[in-house]
Amino acid sequence: MADITADPARTRARAWNSDEARARTRKRYAAERRFRMYGIAALCFATAFLVILFTTIIGTGWTAFLQSKFLLNVTFAEDVIAPDGKRDEQTLRLANWDKIARTALYQVIGANEADRKERKDANELLSRGIDVQLRDMVLASPDLIGQTKPVWLLAQGNVDALLKGAIDRDIPEDRRQLNNRQLAWVDAAVDKGILAKKFNTGLFTFGASSQPETAGLLVAIVGSFFMMLTVALLAVPIGVAAAIYLEEFAPKNRWTDLIEVNINNLAAVPSIVFGLLGLAVFISFMGLPRSASLVGGLVLTLMTLPTVIIASRAALTAVPPSIREGALGVGASKMQAVFHHVLPLALPGIMTGTILGLVQALGETAPLLMIGLVAFVVDVPSTPLEPATALPVQIYMWASSAERGFVERTAGATIVLLGFLFIMNALAVFLRRRFERRW
Amino acid sequence: MSTTGAKAPSGKVIKMIKRSFLMATVAIASLAAAGTAAQARDQIQVAGSSTVLPYAQIVAEEFGKTYSNFKSPVVESGGSSAGLKQFCQGVGAETIDVANASRKIKESEVKACAEAGVKDIIEVKFGYDGIVFASDAKADSFAFEPKDWFLALAPQIVVDGKLVDNPNKTWKDVNPNFPAWEIAAYIPGEKHGTREVFEEKVLEAGCEASGTMEAMIAGGMDKKAAGKACMQVRKDGKAVDIDGDYTETLARLASNPQGIGVFGLSFYENNTDKLKVATMSGVSPSVETVASGEYPVSRPLFFYIKKAHIGVIPGLKEYAEFFVSEKMAGEDGPLAAYGLVPLPANEAEEVQNAVKNETTMGM
Repeated sequence: MADITADPARTRARAWNSDEARARTRKRYAAERRFRMYGIAALCFATAFLVILFTTIIGTGWTAFLQSKFLLNVTFAEDVIAPDGKRDEQTLRLANWDKIARTALYQVIGANEADRKERKDANELLSRGIDVQLRDMVLASPDLIGQTKPVWLLAQGNVDALLKGAIDRDIPEDRRQLNNRQLAWVDAAVDKGILAKKFNTGLFTFGASSQPETAGLLVAIVGSFFMMLTVALLAVPIGVAAAIYLEEFAPKNRWTDLIEVNINNLAAVPSIVFGLLGLAVFISFMGLPRSASLVGGLVLTLMTLPTVIIASRAALTAVPPSIREGALGVGASKMQAVFHHVLPLALPGIMTGTILGLVQALGETAPLLMIGLVAFVVDVPSTPLEPATALPVQIYMWASSAERGFVERTAGATIVLLGFLFIMNALAVFLRRRFERRW
Repeated sequence: MSTTGAKAPSGKVIKMIKRSFLMATVAIASLAAAGTAAQARDQIQVAGSSTVLPYAQIVAEEFGKTYSNFKSPVVESGGSSAGLKQFCQGVGAETIDVANASRKIKESEVKACAEAGVKDIIEVKFGYDGIVFASDAKADSFAFEPKDWFLALAPQIVVDGKLVDNPNKTWKDVNPNFPAWEIAAYIPGEKHGTREVFEEKVLEAGCEASGTMEAMIAGGMDKKAAGKACMQVRKDGKAVDIDGDYTETLARLASNPQGIGVFGLSFYENNTDKLKVATMSGVSPSVETVASGEYPVSRPLFFYIKKAHIGVIPGLKEYAEFFVSEKMAGEDGPLAAYGLVPLPANEAEEVQNAVKNETTMGM
């Protein structure tokens, strides 16, 4: 020490107002500024990618919420629909609905019905799904038979893609999906106002379909809903109960340490493994049906449980011991102390953790692959035991379809999924803000 | 929520928690009930080839529309091999009813099926699919021979009578008529049925045509080993295996406009504006040229039905009959409109009869 102070140069260097000290301070400030800049740069980088993601998805996907439709004066001719006068469901189901729609179409676009090629070209303008559309109208109100009514009918996927600019008009006819005659018809129909883009309700009311114009998300939304319901009903009580026991009642020994480590490990297991487990246990051993959303929900429950337990334990630990001690001090039993005082205070944290677990489960595809939920399902399930798909699965399936119309639908479905995730995250933030307590 | 406030919701909280425990119990109980209910499945389950998937989807959709008393079948994809593996897991409501395949079932698979109790299998061939070679729409068009592909992709070829490591770097090295593009071929990965057809009809044929097969046999290999060696693909990055589907191949071409991709005919027909198709042995691929057999690279498409499930799973036989009916798989049907090459009339009738009579394999 003595020889340090004895060195005059060093003494000067240690003085707070010496040049060296100022240089050091500047250096420290510069380091801090640099660190802040790195932070801002990192944030900008992340934000830029988020912006790119959102602009591409919304840019390609917003058109999925619009669908091209023809306004046709459809005559529900009795001799075509029910020639023998019978109006039972089977007759109506097998009636030639295409014919009445096509007749109306030939009239407005002026197609020559006698020419087979021309008739085929005209038929290709209308979706193959119009028969269901007309049939459901008549099944709902059989009085329509014999009347003429203007109806908005779905245009074929390529017509839709053309109106949305996804098909290039300038490429040679032989490589274009629509030929010159069809192009002329479409342009004339748009000019007349009988072909227009309307809000696409079908995106939310149709199930899976091989044609983009009749493909919708309903089966996926219902399937995801059933799965979330199963997860919420099973993972929350089991997870919270496990967390309460581990945190409040369990003795601290090797066994509980082992359990704790394993729960943390379980949270890090790749999700596909849960799918394999689900296949082995729920389908092969328990005999539950393949492709059922219940099985999906069970697998996702297993996947979400560790998250719920960890979040719940963290929330319980955050409640100060004085609350417990106060309750015990006035004579509450341990269970009363936990259920009357600790749990209500920990609840906001538990709910936030649970919702984040559900959000994770909602976006999961890999574990569903093994248990048959990555499937083409047309009929909307009415119970969790019927075949269904999930929203992320539908995105995956549409992404690999060949037709042009599925490109925008893939992005459209992504927007819907992001919407659900956003709502759930907002709910978690709201719950935290509204009820969270700090000590 | 203050400490005094915390008292108020506590009663509710307990009730809520008790209720959710109750609900969990109910849910678990219903699980057990479901286990027994699973025996009565009323929906056909299909799995298998991703090439067959779009066709199966169209049929499933139309089937549900046409028959009010049956539900629409559920179709999964995942590849021919994966589908047949699932198919061969056994008989019963928890196993699938139909497997789609873009190749014929193998001996080993039939054996595996029989061991698991799936003895009577009905094989249904419903059409053909062409395999096309295409480049980016703005690029030059190619006129390939199988030989060109072999010389571009084989690990070893014959130069001056000797087997050497493939020296070809660009397509111009392969054939002086081609542009000097770096060789970048996006071929289907090994889990795809398409790969097998590509190996057999393009690489092996090219191997023979280029005289490499002969050189290999002359070099002391037996015929079988030479055939196998012919189907190898070079591993230096010039041939890229695509394990995803054709949309991935399309994306690869978009990022590398000097690449050449392998597609299914139906995928190409839906993307004619983005792809330029190459001719093979002088024939341009189309539904007509594949049907007539002029276009050399095509393969039959199949689906397999468990006979034991007919009469147990409602609508299974009707589904099979509907699939091969003139209305669906015929020349003017929706499958042909999507890009399926329909069976010739006499063959189609044979298949329809086989389905009607539930003719199993090996009978």
